[in-house]
Amino acid sequence: MNKLDLPSYLDQSDEVKARFDKLKQRPVILNIKNLTKIFETPTDDVVALKALNFKTYRREFVCVIGPSGCGKSTLIRTLAGLETKTSGQVLLDGNEIDGPGPDRGMVFQGYTLFPWLSVKRNVMFGLEIAGHGKGPAEEDALQWIDLVGLDKFADAYPHQLSGGMKQRVAIARALANKPRILLMDEPFGALDSQTRAKMQSYLLDIWRNIDVTILFITHDLDEAVYLADRVLVLKANPGEVQEIVEVPVPRPRNPEQFLSPEFLATKARLEELIHPADSEDPELPGDHMNMMNMVPVDDDVDHVE
Amino acid sequence: MSASSILRRKLKQYQNFILATLSFIIPLTVWSIVSYVPYVWHPKVEITVPGDVSYFSEGLLVDREIFEREKANVLAEGKAIPEGLPANPIYFPAPDEVASAFYTAFVTEPTRRNEKWLHESLWDSIKVIFWGFVISSIFGVPLGVLMGTYRIFSKLNEPFIEFFRYLPAPAFGALAVAILGIHQGPKIAIIFIGTFFQQVLVIANTTRKLDPMLVEAALTLGAKRTSLLFKVVLPGISTNLFRDLRILLGWAWTYLIVAELIGSSSGITWFITQQARYKNFDNVYAAIMMIGIIGLSSDIILRLIGKHLFPWEQHKSLS
Repeated sequence: MNKLDLPSYLDQSDEVKARFDKLKQRPVILNIKNLTKIFETPTDDVVALKALNFKTYRREFVCVIGPSGCGKSTLIRTLAGLETKTSGQVLLDGNEIDGPGPDRGMVFQGYTLFPWLSVKRNVMFGLEIAGHGKGPAEEDALQWIDLVGLDKFADAYPHQLSGGMKQRVAIARALANKPRILLMDEPFGALDSQTRAKMQSYLLDIWRNIDVTILFITHDLDEAVYLADRVLVLKANPGEVQEIVEVPVPRPRNPEQFLSPEFLATKARLEELIHPADSEDPELPGDHMNMMNMVPVDDDVDHVE
Repeated sequence: MSASSILRRKLKQYQNFILATLSFIIPLTVWSIVSYVPYVWHPKVEITVPGDVSYFSEGLLVDREIFEREKANVLAEGKAIPEGLPANPIYFPAPDEVASAFYTAFVTEPTRRNEKWLHESLWDSIKVIFWGFVISSIFGVPLGVLMGTYRIFSKLNEPFIEFFRYLPAPAFGALAVAILGIHQGPKIAIIFIGTFFQQVLVIANTTRKLDPMLVEAALTLGAKRTSLLFKVVLPGISTNLFRDLRILLGWAWTYLIVAELIGSSSGITWFITQQARYKNFDNVYAAIMMIGIIGLSSDIILRLIGKHLFPWEQHKSLS
């Protein structure tokens, strides 16, 4: 593609600017202070996250991107309480988190529905553990299933659902606990591109309709720009905040915006941040293909006469 | 086409049925050919007319070489020649003999009053297996699940169990008789010893294979220790646990014969040893087959029960 004349990703329309101003007035839901995570291995210590500082505001949609090995997954697993932090603080509504809990819902990349429970019972799982009676839990669960558009499949088992449907149930299951924040670890990574696009729209719809803050990890830059209010860009070795990009694309979002100048400018900026033009993959220096010409020299695929 | 679709192609229902039937018909055919087609094997001759050979009598089985030699001898002396039909050794009865023995074994009254009918002996065997297996499972399943879930249980128990499972169960026979008497007690104990230690290790291993992602998902949904064990670990391993138990029940049957020889011989083993003593080998074969039939049908019943217990597993075959 030829270089286009794009506006700066920092240019925000008045409307977008006003929205960000309002957003930052809202209460802070998640406050990460100097979060550091070190994995100890027999040979040496690996710093996965180094002094991370970041805040999310109520009902904000934040995407996290970064090159592989930047600790995206470690970050979200630490926030979920599945990994213990080495130092620093993670505050949810001002209170330090302690282990995993239903106040932080999580949707994983792999399918984690309980195969022995029907869709309805999967969604009821957290409610029943929280001590809701079976009746109210079921009523509640059916509403969530309805919200993700799977009311016809309430009694189906997970193996009867497609990948996209499974992830919708997983979202409903996490949301049924009314979490303060929904943590999503590349939830659409395993889906084909068509389903993925549909799921992105579903997710935006769901997010618009309920009071939840979303932290969403992805490696797909289009997805990040399309979904997020702000994009947290991490850098690898060690994982540190590189930049927090405010997405200037107005809401409500729709797929046509993929080609709008603001969208492309933001995406170009993200591209620049995670794949700097002069960089070589730090893990595999000198990793390139040795292209030999294995066809007769006059057999040229680029120029056919 | 993926590799699995080429290597493990799904078969249609009728194909499955035909193959399952063939798996029995092929060995039966081989058995029939060896039994009924003369000179395929038939190393013996059954005398029909003794002729002038002094020690031949009707119905006697002799080696074919001996028969030919004696026949040549009497022929040379000009006496009456013996006649006979090719036959297999007595320890290799034909299918029809075993089939009729199968029937008559059930309807033959015991020779002595204190002896049991065959179906009573079989029932005794089934009870020994049942109690041995149930007692083993009552302790083995919970211990295995705990060991697979919590490292402290596995480190505390596994080394000893790994040691103990190498001790052959029959070695405890004399000890079991001394402690538990000569009747069913020691037999059940042998089945228990033979099953329990394997069972604990197999179930601990099955428990460890539960997808850790499911546990993590449950944690983020608010599950704590107890709810994790009862609402995630147990249901998560239930299908594999059930399959393990089916396989282990099969192993328990393999300890049956040894177990029943301990103390006063009883059950199907008593029948087998008794019949072998009288050289009724057709009855011996019939009894061995009964064990196979009981084992296979109990497994089929358990498999059907499994299909009802685990409706979410129907897309996979519970093999």
